[in-house]
Amino acid sequence: MEPIREIHSRTVVLPFTNIDTDQIIPARFLRTTARDGLGRQLFADWRYGADGSIKPEFALNRAEAAGCAVLVAGRNFGCGSSREHAPWALLDYGFRAVISTEIADIFRSNSLKNGLLPIEVDEPTGRWLLEHPGAEVAIDLDTTTLRLPDGRAVRFPIEGFARYCLLNGVDELGFLLARQAEIAAYEQGAAP
Amino acid sequence: MFQKIWEQHEVVAETPDTPAVLYVDRHLIHEVTSPQAFTVLRERGLAMRRPERTLATIDHSSPTRSDQIFGGVPIAIESAALQIAQLQRNCADFGVELLDLKSDQRGIVHIIGPEFGFTQPGQTIVCGDSHTSTHGAFGALAFGIGTTEVGHVLATQCLLQRRPRTFAITVDGALAAGVTAKDLILSIIGEIGIGGGTGYVLEYRGTVMRSLSMEERMTVCNMSIEAGARAGMIAPDETTYRYLKSRPRSPQGAAWERALSRWRCLPSDTDAAFDRELRLDGGKLEPMITYGTNPGMVIAVSGTIPERRNDPVFDKALAYMGLTAGAPIGGQPVNVVFIGSCTNGRLSDLRSAAQLLRGHKIARGVRALVVPGSQQVKKAAEAEGLDRIFIDAGAEWRESGCSMCIGMNGDTVGSGQYSISTSNRNFEGRQGPGARTLLASPLTAAASAVRGRVTDPRDFLNG
Repeated sequence: MEPIREIHSRTVVLPFTNIDTDQIIPARFLRTTARDGLGRQLFADWRYGADGSIKPEFALNRAEAAGCAVLVAGRNFGCGSSREHAPWALLDYGFRAVISTEIADIFRSNSLKNGLLPIEVDEPTGRWLLEHPGAEVAIDLDTTTLRLPDGRAVRFPIEGFARYCLLNGVDELGFLLARQAEIAAYEQGAAP
Repeated sequence: MFQKIWEQHEVVAETPDTPAVLYVDRHLIHEVTSPQAFTVLRERGLAMRRPERTLATIDHSSPTRSDQIFGGVPIAIESAALQIAQLQRNCADFGVELLDLKSDQRGIVHIIGPEFGFTQPGQTIVCGDSHTSTHGAFGALAFGIGTTEVGHVLATQCLLQRRPRTFAITVDGALAAGVTAKDLILSIIGEIGIGGGTGYVLEYRGTVMRSLSMEERMTVCNMSIEAGARAGMIAPDETTYRYLKSRPRSPQGAAWERALSRWRCLPSDTDAAFDRELRLDGGKLEPMITYGTNPGMVIAVSGTIPERRNDPVFDKALAYMGLTAGAPIGGQPVNVVFIGSCTNGRLSDLRSAAQLLRGHKIARGVRALVVPGSQQVKKAAEAEGLDRIFIDAGAEWRESGCSMCIGMNGDTVGSGQYSISTSNRNFEGRQGPGARTLLASPLTAAASAVRGRVTDPRDFLNG
């Protein structure tokens, strides 16, 4: 994975709470054995009509959303299924970070393993971001700081090891494979 | 209990800088979330560390029509057929046991694990599926993982994990007639909200939990993730051991006695501390049903849809559902009834639906689909004649699989249609684009099938 340090982008806002992974990518698109090319199906049922037409009112379909790498959403983003296709679809579409006041556990874990930054912010910051679509924000993973257009800097929590891996392009599987001796020792001693 | 299992599985303990390396005893895989993980193994030239600790089945994208499973008719959805063929190839290449399409032991991954005795107390169990929490009913630490983590387990039998917090949910008293395990967990989710368990492992306690059968406990633990918790657990007891005794993969003979003495040490000490606690009175619970687009939007079947001012997300959910705030949910017409899924596709679920349906007909114009959770459940149900009750009532009786719960296998609900479903998610489009899902128990689903409208099952129980 490529190291990640900073993201500068305008935001796209989906002002809904509890956006589940079935909305991020509906299950009928999970009949694939690949992980690329899922961006077309991101938010498929919100982006397209039943006949495949584009719904012009949906935030991602507006002209100003083009090129935005940061998605802002309401509380409990990514709840529901464990499908890693959700972060794959967001990344393939062009997003690099998701900001919410709360991010679901499995989605957060899947995102960190793919280089999509799950950023949790406090209520006032979350509200401000929801009310200001298109805000120019800067995310610095090294200092774990989100900078808003008015200059305010907000710290965000991120699990330390995941941060280290993202900053340095370290692969977690490689880290685990390097623990083979400890794993073998555990297997020797453990009950079946 | 959680702490004991966690500490027993730490290969390397966590530090402020690094998560724990946690050993995985049992790994379940299926066709949808595993192919990309095997691709990573191939790309990196890795073998599986312990293939005998992984068990594979086919459930999510497989059809439930007999002719496509056994009749030589090709699987109608080509991408599903390709995905299934890929799993077959991956299992053959890497030496994983696969309960294949025609196996009489195939079924939904969370039904076959326990049924097979693959699931045991005190274990760590993972699967690329969020409803892995089901296995926590046995006093196991079981949780859903993503595909990258599936690859980690295939290659190293371990995961990197931070220790979650613990949340005790105690339900005392006794459930009233017509109130089931499904109503219990829907009530809990309604109480704590769909993000209320995020970051926690739930431990369900109290006299109501102790009185539940293993199948009922699985229904409760299954939906822990619908409250945001990756895992839910119930301490093992005599009910657990009775269920496990003589399962195909349960320990036998002296090994059984040794296992039993280990399992008896698992339950939490009486003074165990939890990060958070909630108590509910089981005697006050009622049959429940969802009215919105997440499982936390839930009310009593006898209740009315709440009213909320200045809440556009709530308004959006009701608009999607085509329901009105302040109106009773009882009497709402339904088009489809689905009985099945990893939540309610076990023998006792089918029995309870069949008991209500016996001697009744499903209302005209209502499509009812009954899908056993596994081929073993199907066989057992047929041995009792439950299939005849469903067919005589006018329902379709299918081969096992996830079916209409996830709508990616050919079984879907039409746009705008109302489905009363015993599954676990009522998200927009979950059962098909535009489908409107009302989650309820098998009893409530069966009662509603007879009337063609949302019906309180107690109407039938009271004669």
